[in-house]
Amino acid sequence: MSDLSGPAPVLALGGAAFDGYVRVAEEPLRAMFTLRGDLSAKALKNAATGLAAVDMPGQGQVALNGEHCIAWMSPDELLVMTPWDEHAKALGQLDATLTDPALNYTDVSQARALFSLSGPDGLVREVAAKLAPVDLSPAAFPAGSFRRSRIGQVSAAIWMPAPGRIEVVCFRSVADYVFTLLRDAARPGSEVGLFG
Amino acid sequence: MLLLECPCCGQRGEETEFHCGGEAHITREGPGADDAAFENYMFERVNPKGVHLERWRHVHGCGKWFHAARDSATLEVFGTYAAATHRPPEELLETIRAKRPGFKWRELA
Repeated sequence: MSDLSGPAPVLALGGAAFDGYVRVAEEPLRAMFTLRGDLSAKALKNAATGLAAVDMPGQGQVALNGEHCIAWMSPDELLVMTPWDEHAKALGQLDATLTDPALNYTDVSQARALFSLSGPDGLVREVAAKLAPVDLSPAAFPAGSFRRSRIGQVSAAIWMPAPGRIEVVCFRSVADYVFTLLRDAARPGSEVGLFG
Repeated sequence: MLLLECPCCGQRGEETEFHCGGEAHITREGPGADDAAFENYMFERVNPKGVHLERWRHVHGCGKWFHAARDSATLEVFGTYAAATHRPPEELLETIRAKRPGFKWRELA
């Protein structure tokens, strides 16, 4: 499905980073696949867990193991990520597992931009909470939570791999917009102290 | 501000994460319908002050359509329910009757 003989993929913003009161950084390329179908179907579960080597996440959750993860996107959609160097292998694996026409996948690796916010837990939550209409308090959004929402005016997904770190994925076409918003929200002197 | 809970993904969000799809439970008249029925389907909408039933889409979230029952004056949301249904679930109607005694919305009461 993907032409690997083309030019080498480049990041949307060339790995831009900003050190504010939390660090905002564009993350290195990851292989990302959208899997669509009945989430209780064995073949779909096998395809996802086979790639990421983690268990299936619950509703509104992400199952993580380093750069490998499975995120629950909607009642019939998963987002599976692996390190970029496993991209070609993953494509072959998905083609072999998802033979049922009602279960399918799309390679969205180069359709997305991925950012991270890292720093003290409360401040990282605060920067994300400035931009998304989501309750990001530690009680409502513990590590392992996954939430699709909006950042400013565009759709994005936010999840928390570990305390003190939030990852954000958005469409690549709006990468610059999202990075600018995140950078602005993390500007030193603009701390709110919302989460202590 | 409306606080809606998407019945498909279980996320609770405020209205900017969603998109309103207009009045709920409208029968789509086909080519065999008479003019009056088609006009009713095409143009006639209620605009109540009080209980209102609408279609909503979780546009920045899971992307699914659903129904919501709310008060157009106070913005209280009574509940949300699945898209694939012709009328609200009975429990939701009970909730609305308890909170707004004597309410009437089209043929529902």
